[in-house]
Amino acid sequence: MVHARSIEKRYAERRVLRGVSFDVPEHGFLLVTGPNGSGKSTLLRLCAGLAVPTRGSLALDVERAQIGFVAHDPLVYRELTALENLDLYGRLYRVPERRERIGMLLERFDLWEARHLRADAYSRGMLQRLALCRALLHEPRLLVLDEPHSGLDEEGAGLLDRQLAELRGAATFVVSTHDPARVLPLATTHLALA
Amino acid sequence: MNYVADVGALARKDVLLELRSRDTLPAMLLFVLSSFVVFHFVLPSGTDRLAAQGLLWVAIVFTALLALARAFAAEREQALLDGLVLATRDPSAIWLGKALSVLVFLGLAEVVALPVFAVFFGRVEGRTIAAVALADLGIAAVGTLLAGMAVASRARELLLPLLFLPLVIPLVIGGVGASVAGHPASYLGLLALYDAIFGLVAWASFAYVVTE
Repeated sequence: MVHARSIEKRYAERRVLRGVSFDVPEHGFLLVTGPNGSGKSTLLRLCAGLAVPTRGSLALDVERAQIGFVAHDPLVYRELTALENLDLYGRLYRVPERRERIGMLLERFDLWEARHLRADAYSRGMLQRLALCRALLHEPRLLVLDEPHSGLDEEGAGLLDRQLAELRGAATFVVSTHDPARVLPLATTHLALA
Repeated sequence: MNYVADVGALARKDVLLELRSRDTLPAMLLFVLSSFVVFHFVLPSGTDRLAAQGLLWVAIVFTALLALARAFAAEREQALLDGLVLATRDPSAIWLGKALSVLVFLGLAEVVALPVFAVFFGRVEGRTIAAVALADLGIAAVGTLLAGMAVASRARELLLPLLFLPLVIPLVIGGVGASVAGHPASYLGLLALYDAIFGLVAWASFAYVVTE
């Protein structure tokens, strides 16, 4: 699903990644770890098709619209409600039975009661759960999750762990985390960036 | 049809954001009306129609610049372009949706501004209204592309006016010409041609602006 060969990424003179190679087969799970500044977020942006390597090759066997992406920012409009945000993304992704799917995800991530609240009234943890709803909305084939446990309390993190375990056989994962113990049992490949 | 639905959803979202935040349209109205008041007192009495028409177009261009400077504010502040690029099949839908919302804001500002201009400087003729409508299309098309480019730049406050103002000179020439010339048809034709050419260029190139 994702095949990287000696990829390098530079921003102007600054080299963020060098000589990174890996393969993630369909339904595989790549766990990416490394200290701050090691290029984890850059690598995940490459895997989501949002950037291209400066050198080397990166092949994604998936269309852009079949990628679910959780970044450091939740990628939702703060002035819109959770429902309005998910409805916008649902329309753009052309999700069949959009309302039912949105309702199911909001219930699953315990946001149903807050569905009419604007996102700027959400806590950090609620925003992260909303970001996960957005990323899962269109049942993506490839899930690229950058620090998905960030901002979640223990209950939220447990909920996410259960979702990841449930989706494990249905999608391919590229996940970066500072807390590898949480997802290590699910991983098929571990890439440690220096 | 799906492309049209994407554009509609994105434009509707921008209008909804403006209804909630009220950041852009009140600023545009305040600016354009203040400009007319200043021009009214700056111009000597008995100033001919030509000078007043020129000032109308100056006010329109700078009012549009205010809308364009805010066009991608939410996407820039919340890094939302990544989400939109992933979700749309064709990133040009982002440009078209945004250009439509800019067009709506410009149109609303002018619905208020043109009657006020008429009060201060005399009647606004039909050909001027036609020229403003055609110029709005070009401003929204070119300006939205440039605003998208400026999002990625550190010097975005400088970059947008530096690129935008030279590119809309043909619109000002066409607009003033259509407002005052004996035969406005050729100037209106110039505006329509500008809209067609630059609209097509902006539509085709926006994907390269928002993706690497």
